[in-house]
Amino acid sequence: MIKPRRKRMPGKLIQRLLLCASAIAAPISHAWWESYQPEVVVADPYVEMHTGPGRGYPIHHVVGQGDSVTVLKRKTSWYRVRTARGKEGWVNRDSIRDTLDLDGQPVQMDAIGFSDYGRRDWEFGMSTGDFGGAASISGYLGYSLTRNISLQVEGSQILGDFSDGYMGSANIVMHPFPQWRVSPFFTIGSGIITIKPQSTIVQAEDRTDEIVHAGLGANAYLSDRFLLRVEYKRHTVLTSRDDNEEINQWKVGFSIFM
Amino acid sequence: MESRVQHLHVAIKLMLSITLLLPQASFAATDPDELELEPLVIREDDRRQVDVDQIDSEDFEIGAYGGIMSIEDFGSDTVVGVRAAYHVTEDFFIEGVYGQSTLGETSFETLSGGARLLTDEERDFTYYNLSVGVNLFPGESFLARRWAWRGGLYLIGGIGSSEFGGDELFTYNAGIGYRLAATDWLAFRFDVRDHVFSSDLLGSEETKHNLEISGGLTIFF
Repeated sequence: MIKPRRKRMPGKLIQRLLLCASAIAAPISHAWWESYQPEVVVADPYVEMHTGPGRGYPIHHVVGQGDSVTVLKRKTSWYRVRTARGKEGWVNRDSIRDTLDLDGQPVQMDAIGFSDYGRRDWEFGMSTGDFGGAASISGYLGYSLTRNISLQVEGSQILGDFSDGYMGSANIVMHPFPQWRVSPFFTIGSGIITIKPQSTIVQAEDRTDEIVHAGLGANAYLSDRFLLRVEYKRHTVLTSRDDNEEINQWKVGFSIFM
Repeated sequence: MESRVQHLHVAIKLMLSITLLLPQASFAATDPDELELEPLVIREDDRRQVDVDQIDSEDFEIGAYGGIMSIEDFGSDTVVGVRAAYHVTEDFFIEGVYGQSTLGETSFETLSGGARLLTDEERDFTYYNLSVGVNLFPGESFLARRWAWRGGLYLIGGIGSSEFGGDELFTYNAGIGYRLAATDWLAFRFDVRDHVFSSDLLGSEETKHNLEISGGLTIFF
């Protein structure tokens, strides 16, 4: 009776709608201060429980096929689970990737993968490189407005032989090919730069100038939530002198997306 | 006679089918939703999608530490700092650190009696760094006969900046540490780190190694 009925359901669309509905309903189904602890049934022949969230920790218990476990929390790729008898331990994400819910329906506990990169909201990262002959250290935080456009704020410290300084900027980043594993991007932005001569140099004044820049780079997806990031920027320092100053910046770093 | 029997047969059949069908028909007529086999729809709708993102995660680690830092030419002093880490996998984490110490007196300053190379303000030593750590040899450490804590070594290295004698200097750091987890959310950290930068503060440009040994507490959330 169930099977023909299920077949008649216009599969994909309804499934997607249900997925959307459950995604919306999920945060409402429990309050934020209550932790979300789903119960799943083991589908693999057996699952090994470790004493800690890592492959090096000893196995102290085994859960068999058909046993239900409550998922308590996650640490990197390990889940802390509790069996019906109250035994707790850590299981690897891969070993409970294909589990069943209490009604026997398959549940996907997917690993973080490349598909999540396309759906990211936030990303942050750090990088280092060359800023017109000086070393630079940068950190940034980005938010994706769409798959193709994101906003970023970036702070850099510039460490030269004769002077050092700070630069802060806001950027718009365009990703024309977000589906590529090595995805190029273009960026434009504006900010402020402060340069201070080093104390061993004859006293000169600190200067603060506005800066505009355009650049290009690429994100390469490595694994999990990791990205490798290479970027080139050409800065124009809007000085109070007659000529504006042009500075090239190269940097390499990595990012993590959420 | 035969036709009578046939009639009767048909009549009984008809009555039976009416009595059997009628309730269903009226059911359908009065409550059309029920005919849609609602339980099945609910079953689909109620299907538990395990939302992995909703499961409580403990990938972030923050904490404070204190220890001793030896700053080349300027003696050793206490160091205090704060750290924040994100664990990307069970093997890798990234960590940002901010710490501060104080520059002591150089041998020249001590021997000369009154000569001061730096002002008090320039003696404040601060640093920050962004590093990548690799967890090694995870396992249980037995503190007592029945008391096992999770622990493991880590190698860590990265880049950052140090404020040394009033200048900001590009600084590499590398070191090794030990993390001992008392619970899922609380860990002890022991860390030995070398901070390397190049400075011309004392005349000629030279590479300075600054060793730091520290211990601290971190919490995971």
